[in-house]
Amino acid sequence: MTAPTRTEPAATGRRARTPLVEIAKLRVDFGTGGRRVRAVDAVDLSVAPGECLALVGESGSGKSVTARALVGLAGPRAHVSCDRMLVDGRDATRFDARAWRGVRGRRIGFVLQDALVSLDVLRTVGAEVAEPLRTHAVVPRGRVHTRVLDLLADAGIPDPARRVRQYPHQLSGGLRQRALIASALAAEPALLIADEPTTALDVTVQAQILDLLADKRAGGMGLLLISHDLAVVSRVADRVAVMRDGVIVEQGPAARVLTQPEHPYTRLLLAAVPSGRTRGRRLSPGPDDTRPEEPTHTPRPGSDPTSVTGPRRTRPAHRDTPLVEAHAVGRSFTDADGSVRDAVREFAVTIHPGEAVGLVGESGSGKTTAARLLLGLVTPDTGTVRFDGRPWSTMPERARRPLRRRLQVITQDPLGSFDPRWSVGRLLGEALGTVGVRRGAARRERTVDLLLRVGLAADHLGRRPATLSGGQRQRVAIARALATEPQVLVCDEPVSALDVSVQAQVLDLLADLRESHGLALLFISHDLGVVHHVCDRVLVMHDGRVVEQGDVDRVFADPEHAYTRTLLHALPGRDLGPGASPAPPPPPPGVAADFLSFRRTDR
Amino acid sequence: MPTFAGYVARRLLAGVVVLWGAATVTFVALHRVGGDPVDAVVGPGVSPTPSLRRQITEEYGFDQPLIVQYGRWLGRLLGGDLGRSYQLGRPVSAVLADQVRPTCALALSAVLLAGVLAVVTALATAGRGRLVRGLVSGAELAVVSLPSFWVGLLALTFLSFRWHLFPVAGDQGFAALVLPAVTLALPVAGVLAQVLRQSLDEALTQPFVLTVRTRGVPEALVLARHALRHAAIPVVTLAGWVVGSLLGGAVLIETVFARPGLGRVLLAAVGSRDTPVVAAIVLLSAAAFTCANLLVDLVCPALDPRLRTAPATRRTPPMPVTVAKETPA
Repeated sequence: MTAPTRTEPAATGRRARTPLVEIAKLRVDFGTGGRRVRAVDAVDLSVAPGECLALVGESGSGKSVTARALVGLAGPRAHVSCDRMLVDGRDATRFDARAWRGVRGRRIGFVLQDALVSLDVLRTVGAEVAEPLRTHAVVPRGRVHTRVLDLLADAGIPDPARRVRQYPHQLSGGLRQRALIASALAAEPALLIADEPTTALDVTVQAQILDLLADKRAGGMGLLLISHDLAVVSRVADRVAVMRDGVIVEQGPAARVLTQPEHPYTRLLLAAVPSGRTRGRRLSPGPDDTRPEEPTHTPRPGSDPTSVTGPRRTRPAHRDTPLVEAHAVGRSFTDADGSVRDAVREFAVTIHPGEAVGLVGESGSGKTTAARLLLGLVTPDTGTVRFDGRPWSTMPERARRPLRRRLQVITQDPLGSFDPRWSVGRLLGEALGTVGVRRGAARRERTVDLLLRVGLAADHLGRRPATLSGGQRQRVAIARALATEPQVLVCDEPVSALDVSVQAQVLDLLADLRESHGLALLFISHDLGVVHHVCDRVLVMHDGRVVEQGDVDRVFADPEHAYTRTLLHALPGRDLGPGASPAPPPPPPGVAADFLSFRRTDR
Repeated sequence: MPTFAGYVARRLLAGVVVLWGAATVTFVALHRVGGDPVDAVVGPGVSPTPSLRRQITEEYGFDQPLIVQYGRWLGRLLGGDLGRSYQLGRPVSAVLADQVRPTCALALSAVLLAGVLAVVTALATAGRGRLVRGLVSGAELAVVSLPSFWVGLLALTFLSFRWHLFPVAGDQGFAALVLPAVTLALPVAGVLAQVLRQSLDEALTQPFVLTVRTRGVPEALVLARHALRHAAIPVVTLAGWVVGSLLGGAVLIETVFARPGLGRVLLAAVGSRDTPVVAAIVLLSAAAFTCANLLVDLVCPALDPRLRTAPATRRTPPMPVTVAKETPA
């Protein structure tokens, strides 16, 4: 490799494609003295022009810290060292603050997850996109505004003249993310680092963003994509580096790593991705869990610890009387500007004991309102909900309250549903109290029993929610829901915030509970793979209506409604994992073109 | 339908209610103090004859039921009549008119000074090392904790008496304003700087700051252009309270520096139970408090666009929910 001298990149020859960024033996430590923690250890990576390297790994694996170190922003408490770090062939270890500022935004653009907190919410979208232009004086002052409009249009934002004056909170999640990307691309960086750019976005929006990034790469831009979503990675990346506990365990061409993984951890990650193929199987390995901070599982008879995916489950048979019946339920809300919006229209569903019914659709399609109608938290304007053969939606609250324990809910963000000052023991004890379990030894015994059922241990009793990991929190939320021995569990995006291996454990736990307790699930998710894995039947919602429903295999294999086809087509990485069929997805039907070719139509 | 005009109207209405409440509480409190109001009217050291006593009682309506007195008083207030001072024999409005200017000059210069001091120290120390912050934070704590009359006396002793840098007392021009204003501003600046630095540090941990830094923006601009605006909202909210609290500080400062002003008038009026004057000053400070908070309610939406589209009753914007991502810290 070239020594850290300021030789002209052209001297090494254009065909050699000088890497945009190259780093050898990167180490990042946090803390000082004896309490030093190594977050990144001996990481080698490089990105060439037009290339996409994906950095894959779970929370805390050191992906984000690595990315930040590449722009010299690992943070004031980080100690960064490396054998070699070249940006544009220049030795970045000798950069002072000024030299780094010249690189940031101009040579290396950076996109963070969740544009609502990554854009300055007090400034207009236009001001945010203009900032790199002004900082690096890319265009003369007078032309900044027109340039910003062009950038927004390039990022696929319709009506940029209006959007440029708006604030981030006035934009939808997809538009916000595109505005954030537009600001990162404003000064035409040679390399874009995108840290989870599509997490928490709907699949169709995600597809649009990935298309946008692919376009830029076709123009020669390098892309360092950081993601825990293997499906996204499989669609975008040329090369994949799998990171775990600060170390890259496997690096190679995407096609090879994602279909013939060499490292056991990569295999584990791939096996944990839920989809139609994994239906009825365990996603997480047995008691020899690879994440030491996660607790060991309850022993399961029949689970085979040697194989990554366990034996196929048997599905419980449904009894004939449905637990939940909704008929032609509708509900509208009055918006802040006085307009009336139909959140849910003509919603109908039946859920039998032990059955798992999926509810999919994009954000704003009415999934959560439908769930709240079934839970009796929102009164329907039209139609009725029956629970266990009795009228539910018309029942007075006084009569309904004793029955509520039989219908429980878990949400995407368990932390927000806990009192942060309460210990796990107290959280579960309260739930037990509502079903008449007296304080004292009996309640304590039941509390421990609940923890064991969700794969936690008695020593978690005294912990507060904030000190638990994401997966442990969701387990506590499930334990709390189980405290009242419900017959129906409404799961509203229960695994969206979780890493794939933790997600696998939670999904396995839900499947176990279905099997052992005959628990019925209403499973809301925007992740079609998860729904396909978990559910027997699925309802597809769009604009408050159920546009399609039926057996999950049938709906996903042979969708009837155009919107379902659009959703499925936008789903990245359907040919993932060992033994996946390499067949590409079918070309989009007419409607899908509206969604996927947004840049061509909106320009 | 919530509109901006409606928002302002609701705030104004709330302000009127606050003023009415303040007037009522003042009235009740002053009539519950006890003692014969006639004695307050004639002043200390004078024993009125029974006929004079009767005459005063009838003139001021002290023989009427309390509710009637309250009604009349409220009616006169609405008509803009604050009554006559018992002791000075002049209309209260005239007494206040003389004294409002020096107090306003003192209060406004103190507020401005405190604001500037707070912003400068907070910007200079936010995100700095522990030593700098510890020192400055300690200094702020000291100026907040020290009694302002003592600080004022120290300042007078050294700066005025010994070194003759500033006038000792009075209200003659700008030079006479410097020491009182600084003394009044210091504790306020200390509180505001603490809050501002804390919210600046909070803002600097937000993900958007990382985005701004990845654009190559210099650190000074990161603070001034981005973080300061985020941090300003709690400080502006606090400033509304500060304005209201300044009058209390003015009582001490005006006494120590022998300045004319509402504070001293209030002190004298309380001492001699000059009810109309006390009531008027309480009302005036309530009005100042209400106006300051109304201003805050209008400034906050200007700072935070999220408060414009949905004018909520709360002032601080909802903190963005940060997903606890397990990154090593």
